[in-house]
This record gives sequence, C-alpha cells and structure tokens, in this order.
Amino acid sequence: MSESPPILALKDVCKAFGAVRALQDVSLELWGGEIHALAGENGAGKSTLVKTLAGVHRPDEGQVLLDGRPVEFHGPGDAQQAGVAVIYQEPTLFPDLSVAENIFMGRQPRSKFGRIDRGALRAETAKLFERLGVALDPDRPARGLSIADQQIVEIAKAISRDARVLIMDEPTAALSGNEVARLFTVARTLQDQGCALLFISHRLEEIFDLCQRVTTLRDGRYISTELLDGLTADDLVQRMVGRELDTLYPKQETTIGAPVLKVSRLTREGVFTDVSFEVRSGEIVALAGLVGAGRSEVARAIFGIDRYDAGSVEVGTVELSGGSPTTAMSAGLALVPEDRRQQGLVMEGSIERNIGLTQLRSLRRGPVISRKVERDRAADWAIRLQLKYGRLSDVVGVLSGGNQQKVVLAKWLSTEPSVLIIDEPTRGIDVGTKSEVHRLLSELAGQGLAVLMISSDLPEVLGMADRVLVMHEGRLTAEIPRDEATEETVMAAATGQTRQEDVSGRASSGQRSAGSEATEVTKEDGALGAREPRSRQRAQGGRA
Amino acid sequence: MAPEAPAKASAVRPRVEAPRPLTRFVRWDVIVTALLIVVFLGGAFGTSDFATSDNLSFALDDLSEIALIALPMTLLVVAAEVDLSVASILGLCSALFGALWDAGWAIQMIIPFILVVGVVAGLINGLLVTRLGLPSLAVTIGTMTLYRGLAYVVLGTKAVAEFPQNYADLATKTVPGTPIPYPFALFILLAIVTAIVLHATGLGRSLFAIGAQEEAAFFAGIRVKRIKLLLFVVSGLVSAFAGAVYTLRYGSARADNGLGLELAVIASVLLGGVDFDGGKGTLGGVIAGVLLIGLLRNLLMLRDVATEIQSIVTGLLLIVSVLTPRIAALVRQARRHPRGATPSASS
Ligand SMILES: Nc1ncnc2c1ncn2[C@@H]1O[C@H](COP(=O)(O)OP(=O)(O)OP(=O)(O)O)[C@@H](O)[C@H]1O
Ligand SMILES: [Mg+2]
Repeated sequence: MSESPPILALKDVCKAFGAVRALQDVSLELWGGEIHALAGENGAGKSTLVKTLAGVHRPDEGQVLLDGRPVEFHGPGDAQQAGVAVIYQEPTLFPDLSVAENIFMGRQPRSKFGRIDRGALRAETAKLFERLGVALDPDRPARGLSIADQQIVEIAKAISRDARVLIMDEPTAALSGNEVARLFTVARTLQDQGCALLFISHRLEEIFDLCQRVTTLRDGRYISTELLDGLTADDLVQRMVGRELDTLYPKQETTIGAPVLKVSRLTREGVFTDVSFEVRSGEIVALAGLVGAGRSEVARAIFGIDRYDAGSVEVGTVELSGGSPTTAMSAGLALVPEDRRQQGLVMEGSIERNIGLTQLRSLRRGPVISRKVERDRAADWAIRLQLKYGRLSDVVGVLSGGNQQKVVLAKWLSTEPSVLIIDEPTRGIDVGTKSEVHRLLSELAGQGLAVLMISSDLPEVLGMADRVLVMHEGRLTAEIPRDEATEETVMAAATGQTRQEDVSGRASSGQRSAGSEATEVTKEDGALGAREPRSRQRAQGGRA
Repeated sequence: MAPEAPAKASAVRPRVEAPRPLTRFVRWDVIVTALLIVVFLGGAFGTSDFATSDNLSFALDDLSEIALIALPMTLLVVAAEVDLSVASILGLCSALFGALWDAGWAIQMIIPFILVVGVVAGLINGLLVTRLGLPSLAVTIGTMTLYRGLAYVVLGTKAVAEFPQNYADLATKTVPGTPIPYPFALFILLAIVTAIVLHATGLGRSLFAIGAQEEAAFFAGIRVKRIKLLLFVVSGLVSAFAGAVYTLRYGSARADNGLGLELAVIASVLLGGVDFDGGKGTLGGVIAGVLLIGLLRNLLMLRDVATEIQSIVTGLLLIVSVLTPRIAALVRQARRHPRGATPSASS
C-alpha cells in the first residue's frame, strides 16, 4: 500500500469564511481499502473539509491531490467525475421529484429513444434499498420523508455511483441500530473492493467499530492522525477537546411525580394505532424504535402539527383539541422537531430571532418587542449551551450543524415548558455538548419537567431514560423500566419480537391511577414555576 | 449545500447566503433614496412646473391610493403572499359608491358599507388561500377578474358624479399650513403604524418567519393561517377605503376606476426592496419606492407623455426592481468566490 499514493488527499489546506478560519493547514490522506474517521467538535471544520474534498469549496491555500497529483475541482461535478461520492450532513433532496429520480439525478437510465427508462429506474432503486435493508417506495416524492429516510436516500445516491472514494458526513446521525449496521456492511464491502472511505460521526463507538485510522481537528486546526487500534475513547475525546472530559453524564435521581402528559388510544390511520402512555413530571421517557416505526409522527400529532383520527392528549388537566401547536404550547408543551432546516429554524433569520420566535409574547414590553430582552435571553442560552458563534445577529444558516441544533434546543427550552417532547435531542451534537445536553435534561427533569425523548442513539436511551417505550410498525410494543432496559430488550421489541399483551396491560393500569393524582399535578406545576422568579412571571404572561 | 450541478436551477434552491443581510437592505434603501433625490432634482431643473408647492401637493394626492394600498401589500409580500385583486376591490367599491349615491344613500352610510364590502372581498381571498391552500397569485388573479366584473354589474359603463363638496374637499384639500393633502396625511399616519407592526412587534417577527420558512413558523406555534387571513382582510379593507378616496378625488364613480393600479402598488413595494419570495424587506424602503413611483408618474404627466408610455415605465420599473437584487447577489457571490466555485448554503 505504501508504494501507491493515497487515492485522495488534502495538503496544507486553509479555508476561511470572512473572519472565520474554518480550516488552517489541514492535511488528510485517504487510502484505498481503508475507512478513515474524521473527529472534532461542532464547528471544528469537518464539513468544510468534506466540501473541500467534494469540490464545493475551493481551498484558499493548499492542494487537493488525486492519486498523488494536484487537481482543481471547479465544482461538485468535477469531483463526481473523478469518482468521489459524498453524503452531505444535511440532505439536499428535490422535494418534488420521486425518491428514485433523486437517486439517479442527472444520470437516469435511458431507453432506446433517449427517454427515461422508468422501469429500470425503479428496479435499480429497489436493488439499492434492498442492499441497505430499508423498505422505501422508489416512486414516492421526496417531500415529507422523515430525516432518517432522507438520509437513507442520500446514502443510496452515493453508493449507487460506484465511486472510488465515499465520503460520509454524519450519515448515521438520525439512524437507529439496524440501519447503521446495514450501512456499515455496505461500507465494509466497498472497503474490501479497494475504495477509500471517510466517515464522520459524533458517536464514538461507531468510529471504533467501523474505522481503522482517525484524523482529529480542533478549531479548524489539524491535531493528529493515528490508528484507532490501541486508542481509547477518552484519548480521542482528549484530542478533540484539548482537555480531559467526562463524557458520561450520570443521570440524576429524581422524584417522579404525577402524570403530566397523558396520551390515550391515539390513532392516525395508516401511521400509528392505539398509542397510549403517560409521562410523569420529573420523568424522562424514551421512545425507541426503528426508523419508520412512527415515533416522530406520534410526537407531531401530540403537539398538534398533524391531526389524529382517534384518541386524546391531555397536558396536566387540560385536554388538547388537537391540530394546533399554539394551544399545545400554551398548555405547556414544547416540541424540538427532527428536521432543523425545515421545521426547527428559519435558516435566513438571525440566531437571536430564531431563539425568540417561540416566545414573542413574553419578549414584549408594552406592545413592542424589546430587543434587549430578546438579545439577553438569546445570550443566556448561547452561554448555557456553549454555542459557537460570531454575533447573535448572525444568520443561523452559517453555523455548523451541531451549533444549529443547539439553537433549536435553546428556542424550545426557553419557553419553559412543563412537558418537553424532543425528537433526536443530540442529532449531530459533539460528545462534550452531548453530555452537557444530557446534564441539562436531567437537571430540568429534576425540577419537575416531564420529558418524552425520541432517540435512535441507544446508549443515550439507556443512559437517560427512566422508562423506555418501544414502537414497532405504528404500535407500542413494549414498555421497559430502567433496570430492565438493555440493548437486547430494546432491540428485540423494536424489531417486533415482543408479545403484545404485555404493554397494553401496563399502559391501562397507568391510566387508572391518573385521576387520583390530579391534585399533585398542580403542586408540581407550582414547583416548576418557582424555579426562578423571572421565569414564573414570564410563563404566566405567556399563557394568559 | 450545493447539490449536483445539473439540477441546481430548480427545486431546493440554495438561497444565496448573506452573512449580514441588513447591510444589503441598508444599501438598497440608500440606492432608492438616492434615485429619489436624483429624479426630484432632475424634475426640478428639467421641468418648469414641477417643483411648485401646488404640483407637489397634487403629486402626493395623486399617489394616495397607491401609497395606502402599498402598506398592506408590504405585509403580504413579506409573508410570501400577494394580492392582485386590490385595484378591482377599489373599482368595485367605487362603483358601489356611485350606485348607492344614485339610490339616495347618504355618504356617511355609503362609506361604512363599502368598507364592509372590502372586508368581505379580502375574506374571500384569504379563505381561498388559507382553507384550500391555493397559491395567492392564482387566487387573486381570479378574484381580480371577478371583482372587476361585479363592478360592471353594479354600475355598467356609466359614471356617477356630483358628490357633496365637503367630502370632495377632504379628498383633495391639504392639511392647513402644509402642502400635504388629507389622504396622504392619513398615509403617513398609517405608515408609522405599519412600520411599528412590521419591525417591532411579534406580529412583524411572525410575518418575516412565515415568509422565510413557513413550516418552521408553524412549528414555533405561530398561527400562520389566521395571520394570513388577517392580512388579506386588511388588504381588502384598505383597498375599499382607497376606492372611496379615488371616487371623491376624481368626483366620478366608474366601474373601471383604478384599472391596473395593482401593478403600480406591487412595483413600488418591490422597488422598495421587499423580496417577492418573502422574508425580507423594510417599510422605509417601501416608502421610498412609493415616492419614487409617484414622482415618475407626475413627471411623465407634466411632460404629456401618453398613458401607454406611463404603463411601460411602470412595467420596466417592476422588472428592474425584481432583477436588481438578483444581479447584485450574483455580483456579490462572484466577488466572494472569485474563481467560480459553487457557493454552498451552509453546513
Ligand atoms: N458558508 C459559511 N459561511 C460562514 N461560515 C461558515 C460557513 N460554513 C462553515 N462556516 C463556519 O466554519 C466553521 C466550521 O464549520 P463546519 O460546518 O465545517 O463544522 P463541523 O466540524 O462540520 O461541525 P458539526 O459537527 O457541527 O457539523 C464554523 O464556525 C462555521 O460557522
Ligand atoms: Mg458538519
């Protein structure tokens, strides 16, 4: 291997965006037959590096080398031509085209008369999906796909190119165990065929599982390249962060109060059926399952984004009418949605305005909005979540993926909800901040917040949840208490290997006790409001 | 993030990123204001009757309806909607004004009545857009024809004139001691209110969010549909009021009053730097845009330019105001990526 040059390499590359120096003297070598990991905190410059390799950005200084020879990519097309396939961090599908058309964009199989051969298109796509082990309809439009499905389409698009180099920028961020395993199988096959692969993930166990070598970046600077063999997770974190860091946040013991969110027999035809559960104040309940099990859809229905056909949702003592996020919010509900680019953020708005958007009422002083309050509140949260930014008036669109996620978190946590539904809370967030987010959630739960957490990250589920609910094909298939939750029990239920009676028995017994504890609910609410005097005023103002 | 090159043109159009979008609008405002001054000076030196207090009063009065309707139109366009039926609502209300006056109604009864008609017309637009989810461009092209048709049903091709002098005075006389006509004074008042609403209230923040990313606004608990409905209703109401002003100002109620006025309104809003795709714009810019359109119309009239040419000028301004920001963005982009690399939207 040492005789032939690396297939693709960067040499002393610098790239700046205005005053932000995203990459400084960074070098990287991708060898055939090797899976290379790229590690670094949010905003370290990983995606910028990827885009430089892909021809999206041109280096300000330094070179891109293909088979040892300097090349200039004048755009993503050039890089593709050279055999470089890229899965970008944020899916970029065309919403009005079908899944299959998206995958074969610009190189559709043609029939005799130059027309697009739809049959071949569909068959090729189906083959790809089979390889990835997912059941997606090639003919459906990309609009409305969940983030995980969008990511799968991006993966299919990249592996369909028969590329020599496959670059994957956080491909697993929204995937659960099964899909990740399939992706890894595909990646290892490509590796055996002699391709060079670059893999980025904030889940360190994935890096150790898949890759042989790792390059670390910190604040845009190259730190090291080394074999993963003999390296520990703590070593890796130390290189990324530059100091020792306790990555595992031990969950706080909390006293669990009365139920605050009660969902009973919720049904949306063809999507999910007969979903009943409750979340108590101080409790963190995880909703686990495979991609497509209907978890996000349940969350959307509870919050009023989608309507449901049957069932009811109660927050505290209020039954929600459904179909209105506004009323859900005034009842004390908050939803951190899965898709930050479409649902979570106004991408061209500033950081402070995005954070303030959920609390326009409480930002008012008289009839007009106080910029000072808006800015102070945003600054508060930026510090609490260690947001990396230039100015609060900067557009969120230029933040790194993980930092965008922090803005979404800030936007919802600052509404001071009594029930927080959070869809993939740490998608794309680096290790340090992840434990920070876990600490924050744990702390908020300790103050009486009820948390419903949808997560595909199993260690996160096992580490954080007091109780794990598992969904499979639109139904709740298991409810596993903390001390029985293991990788095996959760995965078994997620893949549909648990008996049904088990759950329905437990869920309904939970309901029976609900009425008697109504008085306790208000007490808990009081405790929540009292945590800071300022916040109580605000909460009351906002809900009047 | 840039997708493959061949498809770049359509679909998820990567919005051109502006690190500090405000600077861009300050600049655009400045350009329009500078243009305003140039046109004014050009007019003052080139056309003898232009820079007189009488003519300027007349020019402002002549601008009343465009200026008034431009205010709700700004709110609509910021929220990525548009109302093309405004001039037809104006015409319908003008026709009703004449018909009811003919039928012996008192003016103080007619005006509230046509305001209600304007509200209903706006409500129909709004309901079609929000309940059926139709694009406002299509809906209001339809109602534009519908309302104008109704105006002819009400009044046919005749004209009703001879309204009481005290009301006509209100529409044409200036506020004592100033060269500002009453309708334009009202515009100034409403412009201040609109500026506050757009730039300093929660409703304004919501409008920008809706225009830039409607789904995210909905997820943030903003009542998107209710707000849009409200905007269309306000647009109908203001257009109806402009109908009364128009009728009294010309002393003539006709079904074809204000024909084509919607284009002048939209031209001044876009000229003021409001992005037709929504999410961007300032009211200051719109005021400059309105004044610029007004001055140009006045100059063309003073020089006896045919009305066809006037509408050509309006059309050109419309195109220029849509194109200029795009071209400016392209130039900026080329400067930032000197060697022609594709820009990327974000991480
Ligand atoms: N187009 C851009 N304009 C301005 N700044 C940018 C742009 N793209 C990236 N940046 C900045 O460059 C830095 C590196 O960003 P990058 O997206 O490469 O980080 P990352 O390592 O991928 O982080 P994450 O793990 O959060 O995805 C960040 O500070 C980011 O704000
Ligand atoms: Mg990134």
